Amino acid sequence: MISQGRVFVTIVGMLVVTYLPRVLPLWLFSSRALPPLAIAWLRYVPVAVLSAMLLPSLVLDEGRFALGGHNLYFWAAIPTFFVAWKTRSLFASVLVGMGVVAGARALLNIG
Amino acid sequence: MARISARCASERGVVVRGRRGDTGSISKAMNRLTDSAGSSGRPAWVRGIARAMPIVMGYIPIGFAYGVLAQQAGLSLFNTLAMSALVYAGSAQLIAAGLFAAAAPALSIVATTFVVNLRHMLFSAALSPYLKGWRKWELAVFAYELTDESFALHSVRFAANAPSKIEVGALNLTAQLSWILGTWLGAVVGGHIADVRPWALDYTLSAMFIALLVMQVKHRVEVVVALLTGLLAVALTLLKVGQWSVILATMAGATIGVALELLLAKRVADQDAAQQEGAR
Repeated sequence: MISQGRVFVTIVGMLVVTYLPRVLPLWLFSSRALPPLAIAWLRYVPVAVLSAMLLPSLVLDEGRFALGGHNLYFWAAIPTFFVAWKTRSLFASVLVGMGVVAGARALLNIG
Repeated sequence: MARISARCASERGVVVRGRRGDTGSISKAMNRLTDSAGSSGRPAWVRGIARAMPIVMGYIPIGFAYGVLAQQAGLSLFNTLAMSALVYAGSAQLIAAGLFAAAAPALSIVATTFVVNLRHMLFSAALSPYLKGWRKWELAVFAYELTDESFALHSVRFAANAPSKIEVGALNLTAQLSWILGTWLGAVVGGHIADVRPWALDYTLSAMFIALLVMQVKHRVEVVVALLTGLLAVALTLLKVGQWSVILATMAGATIGVALELLLAKRVADQDAAQQEGAR
């Protein structure tokens, strides 16, 4: 049985190490003019970080390449990508992505 | 270099135009682009809640999963909810629940959380140019609810125009409340609810990331950056660098982007020079 008091202290520790990286760059950088090169670099962060989080989740399964028919996440990404590209609508893309996954699970019994 | 500063100036122009109100045609177009759920007639807080809905659909089931796992790990209901209220970071909470279950020492749980959540530093830095007019305490509140998903939404939105603080706050608060609600449902009724997989709720956030990535990519260089960074992250994950893979791939990807931008600018400048030479 774990001590709930110790768990809470651990959670507070987690709060501190999570919050500082969240707040310090905002505090430090939003009040001063950054050099153009730094701004250019930061402007690539959203594209880069979204791709870095997304692509492994689509093509890997438990740390291995999985591009077979059973990797629903990957196959559903293709129509989702297409709809996002054509419509530029977040809602339409999310609905299509979920619809494809739900449909494949119900009809094809995969994923 | 000239090209970078020119682009910065033009983007600043867009931001300023956006701040003056939703009258500019660019900001209107961008509103349609990023804000299919909210029309400009609604109050800011309603728009914020509406824009949070894709996050809510993803957070409730994932928060639910965390709630179930935390209960199984032996956390009290209070501590289970406290983690969602105080730490508010999905993957770190799921990992921590596993570590608590394995009776890992507190220090290693905190250290793991630090590494897993260090990527927020990049989010915070990347949004800082857009939040110059905000007070320190407003930034402190904003940063508290900065997650992968809220960052993804904000970064698309801020690049187009600056929404009101109320809209941003409403979006962030709605997202976190849905995370806490999901946690509570998982902790209290966890074992009794049937599988959520038939509704594909586990795919909501992936689909949202795909759409937001597509919306972010506007230039050739960004296509290259997205592809290279994604492939690098896959390679690093296969090499088992674990939680560092996202941070390392992102830093490399952004550096490649700036390098390409400088190279292209130099080529354009060289061509111009050659043309002038030819004209003479």
